Amino acid sequence: MLAELDKIHKGALAAAAQVIDQAGLEEWRSQYLGKNAVLTQSLKQLGGLSAEERPQAGQKINQVKQALEAAFEERKAALQADKLQQALDTERLDVTLPGRAMPLGRLHPITQTLRRINAIFAEMGFQVYRSRDVETDEYNFLLLNFPPNHPAREMQDSFYVEGGSADNPLLMRTHTSAGQIHAMREFSAESPENPPPVRIVLPGMCYRYEQVSARSEVQFTQVEGLAVGEDITFGDLKGTLTDFARRFFNADVRTRFRASHFPFTEPSAEMDVECFVCGGKGCSVCKHSGWLEILGSGMVHPNVLRNGGYDPERYSGFAFGMGPERLTMLRYRIEDIRYFWRNDLRFLEQF
Amino acid sequence: MKVPISWLKDFVDLEGVAIEDLAHTLTMAGLEVEEIRYLGLPIPSGQQLAKLSGLAWDREKIVVGEIREVGPHPDADRLVLCRLFDGEKEHSVLTGAPNLFEYKGQGELKPPLKVAYAKEGAELYDGHQAGLNKMILKRTKIRGVESYSMVCSEKELGISEEHEGILFLNAEAVAGTPLADVLGDAVFDIAITPNIARDANIYGVAREVSALLQRPLKPMPIEVQTDGPKIEGAARIEISEPELNPRFVLGLIREIQIQPSPEWVRRRLTLAGMRPINNIVDATNYAMLELGEPLHAFDYDVLVQRAGGQPPVISTRRAKSGEMITTLDGVQRKLDDFTVLVCDTAGSLSLGGVMGGLESEVTENTRTVLLEGAAWNFINIRKTLNAQRLSSEAGYRFSRGVHPAMAPRGVQRGLELMRQWAGGQVAADLVDEFPLPPQSSVVQISPQDARRWLGVELSTGQLSDILQRLGFEVKTQGETLTVTSPDHRLDIGEGVIGKADLMEEVARIYGYDNIPATRLGDDLPPQRANRSLEIEERIRDLLVRQGLQEVATYRLTSPEQEARRLPAGTPPDDKPYTRLSNPISQERTVLRKSLLASVLEIVERNANIRERLAFFEIGPVFRASESGPLPDELPRLVLALRGPRQPAHWQSGDGDTQDFYDIKGAVSTLLNSLGLRELQFEPAAHPAFHPGKCARVLADDQPLGVFGELHPQVQTEYDLGGDPVQAAALNLDTIYDLVPERFDSQSVPAYPPVLEDLALVVDESLPAGQVEALIRQTGGKLLTGLALFDVFRGEQIGVGKKSLAYQLTYQNAERTLTDEDVAKLRQRIIRRLEQELGAQLRA
Ligand SMILES: [Zn+2]
Repeated sequence: MLAELDKIHKGALAAAAQVIDQAGLEEWRSQYLGKNAVLTQSLKQLGGLSAEERPQAGQKINQVKQALEAAFEERKAALQADKLQQALDTERLDVTLPGRAMPLGRLHPITQTLRRINAIFAEMGFQVYRSRDVETDEYNFLLLNFPPNHPAREMQDSFYVEGGSADNPLLMRTHTSAGQIHAMREFSAESPENPPPVRIVLPGMCYRYEQVSARSEVQFTQVEGLAVGEDITFGDLKGTLTDFARRFFNADVRTRFRASHFPFTEPSAEMDVECFVCGGKGCSVCKHSGWLEILGSGMVHPNVLRNGGYDPERYSGFAFGMGPERLTMLRYRIEDIRYFWRNDLRFLEQF
Repeated sequence: MKVPISWLKDFVDLEGVAIEDLAHTLTMAGLEVEEIRYLGLPIPSGQQLAKLSGLAWDREKIVVGEIREVGPHPDADRLVLCRLFDGEKEHSVLTGAPNLFEYKGQGELKPPLKVAYAKEGAELYDGHQAGLNKMILKRTKIRGVESYSMVCSEKELGISEEHEGILFLNAEAVAGTPLADVLGDAVFDIAITPNIARDANIYGVAREVSALLQRPLKPMPIEVQTDGPKIEGAARIEISEPELNPRFVLGLIREIQIQPSPEWVRRRLTLAGMRPINNIVDATNYAMLELGEPLHAFDYDVLVQRAGGQPPVISTRRAKSGEMITTLDGVQRKLDDFTVLVCDTAGSLSLGGVMGGLESEVTENTRTVLLEGAAWNFINIRKTLNAQRLSSEAGYRFSRGVHPAMAPRGVQRGLELMRQWAGGQVAADLVDEFPLPPQSSVVQISPQDARRWLGVELSTGQLSDILQRLGFEVKTQGETLTVTSPDHRLDIGEGVIGKADLMEEVARIYGYDNIPATRLGDDLPPQRANRSLEIEERIRDLLVRQGLQEVATYRLTSPEQEARRLPAGTPPDDKPYTRLSNPISQERTVLRKSLLASVLEIVERNANIRERLAFFEIGPVFRASESGPLPDELPRLVLALRGPRQPAHWQSGDGDTQDFYDIKGAVSTLLNSLGLRELQFEPAAHPAFHPGKCARVLADDQPLGVFGELHPQVQTEYDLGGDPVQAAALNLDTIYDLVPERFDSQSVPAYPPVLEDLALVVDESLPAGQVEALIRQTGGKLLTGLALFDVFRGEQIGVGKKSLAYQLTYQNAERTLTDEDVAKLRQRIIRRLEQELGAQLRA
């Protein structure tokens, strides 16, 4: 009987090696390990054996059974591995076909630039102050030290709005500086004898009576800034705006301050930064000067401080103004300012 | 303002100063050199401060030539052959210059004519073409005569547009000298800002250069040689409005000869941008360009004639409103009552400080010139220029302010130049009416002011030195400087304004570069809440996360453009537009009332560019205010969706177009995320939207806005493509009011939820919102989730019916729910649905 078991064992292993699929393997299992299998039947024959032979034969049957079960598992695993391999070999995608785009929203490029500017100044303690688009001549010009018929008014052609008086016409603001007076008056009213210091940025839409072209628009955004306190100097203006340029452009950017003129500041300065396109060597972007004109600035004119409720004998301050469109155009080398309000997706999707 | 360097050198020594360095110094000090035009001098390459233009004259190839004889061309009458010496040898040069014809056939010329001689290979402007085109001089044959060089016109050298004849040089010029050494020059074009109006003249710029380079300034050239009898009795002045005309000065020169000015004068005027006319007019212009005082020359004999043989009485007065005058430019002008006229007893002569009249102008027959220099109120001149839409060199200067002290100086300079160029005798003395001398400004400053304004330590000596270089008179006593402004400037104020004015001068001359950059050390201001801005920025971020593209549009529009957002025939609303009084185009005449219209224009513009469109904009609309003349500026948010829900892809199927429920979802997601959890939706009527596909959204019973599918007529009015546009218009001011500052968070449930589906058949007309509200109300706290997952219509459930299938989530925060709990609740919900809404449970 032992010899018979050995023969079954060998025969079964040989048959298992021939099995090629899961169904065959199940058939093999019922043939060698099932109810009617020789091995199962031989268990029933144990009763006919002598007491000495019985344990030995029983043990042997168990050994063979375990071996065949192990062979089954092994073969099953091998067949599964084969099958997986087969699947992996056939399931091939063209990885060069395009992926599915997520519907991505974006901020308008000017919003992005405004946020960068505001964030940099926020870290220096400047808070955003907003004011209206439609202004009076008084706030837009007069209180900012532009007397009527002043030559500087010519530099700012305005859109006038119906409904004002002859003395104080309404207009679309030509700069967000109008907000400087609103802010100073609001703050100084809190404590007229001892007005609090001011550090604000004033972003907003401005308007100018100009023919629309690649270089000029009827509306444009502007960010102005204002710092007023008891100890603020032209040196602070230079330092603050240079720090801004280093954050906005790059840490090594060089700045330069040129004397200029704005009615609401004195002394006034234009800040240039070294051209980041050519590194200052001269290129078409910087018109071969090596420098890019970035913003206008200056010490707040005593008349403006006074009009805001701040005594110019005690307080001083600086103000500055820049154009987010220009900064955006320089940064991305945009050729045409009209792209911003035209909102062609082929433009907007780039930012 | 155009400043030839050669002219500047009359007043300040520029030896050893590179042109480009000078331009840089001026620009940094606020006299921005916008362009440098080179005349013969080498043009540097590489980085440049200003726009560079012009022509460099090759030192070898363009030199002084000496024409020794002018002979005829063998077979061309209109050409001559010159025997020309170039410093080394003689050449035969062919030219058609008409100003050489008179020398033809005179044999050896004594003295020879000095000309600009260009050799083969020289770069010149093409004299025969309009505009400035550079060309290289090539060897050629003209009418059988070989030509390899030429004598140049001003145009060929880039000096002026003149190409009629060749340029003659001074007799002293030595043949063979590079022309650049004789005539080489550069012209700065300087932008004159209003604060440096005093520098709108050569002497003013020279004063700045002298202060900046610390080189001495030559005295103002106001000496005049008076050979004639005194002016006394020759003319009288009457000023009736000293506020508008504080000073009026007259000088007289007799026996002049009108003729062209000397060559160098004509060239200088041309370089400075003025056209030479004759020696008298040129002298007035030259003196104005040099000193900044505009002058006016009258034909004295005409004035005497007009006065009936008497000495003329020149008076200045306001025009009568509607009075007429014909100015030099030939325009007949109707005047306002603020315009000041210069008149004589016979009538008006000129627009004071702006432009002369036709009648008393200098002509070829003029023998005696009465020369006017005056001072005018600059604001009044500006008003006049604006009212007359006129610009003139005189008006440009007087409208920016010219000090009255300049009037006699200008007249003296003008008379002297006339004497030199036109002969004649200058009458001794001037007639000078000066009823309103200006107060000189006196300001006290100290080093503390420089510290406080500029953040720089300057001694009294340094401050005094800087200001004196600019012509201020400074008296120092201890730490205090008493500064009197010079009598060529009107821009220094009093008190603290004057201090600021002086600090600007100190900073400019000391150099902005030399002021150290520092960080703000002043107290920080109190921080202030900025709620609307913060919510606005959150909205932007949320919508971007929802896949929408932000746009920014024009806030100026036209009623016609905005009317497109409503179907034709919609009655206009009663809110009037805020209108521009000076629109620049028909497209932008009013301030927008609708942000929806603005955004729809952007949808239209992109309709054929992308299939899927998803836009939003935040911005104001403008509405006439009840409380004052300024319009209300109301913050609005508009969303617009069109086309496929997902961006196009090669695998995507059809039928996933954004519809009403997409815009509703976008609106609800946004508002929920802002903390507005309890929203109500109700059908709404708005003319821009499809009447059956439009809803209003409310929170706390306050309407936040409307949304829906665009009205089909509006869809066609704009060219928006096939798929209907879904849009929403929300009032941000209401949203700002309602967004909660904070909310309580919910703990994560510790016990498992029970999920259950419920399918109901209801009447088609029953809004799902009512079903949902009833389920929620009945479910109470235990019902934590309710989601509609299917809406079905079909024969199985009968005509006029619909099936709504919901998934309900039951959850108890304190314990696990039993089947019994759930069954009870479910029964209650179903009973109420059946009884109150006539719903049937669907098997
Ligand atoms: Zn560059």
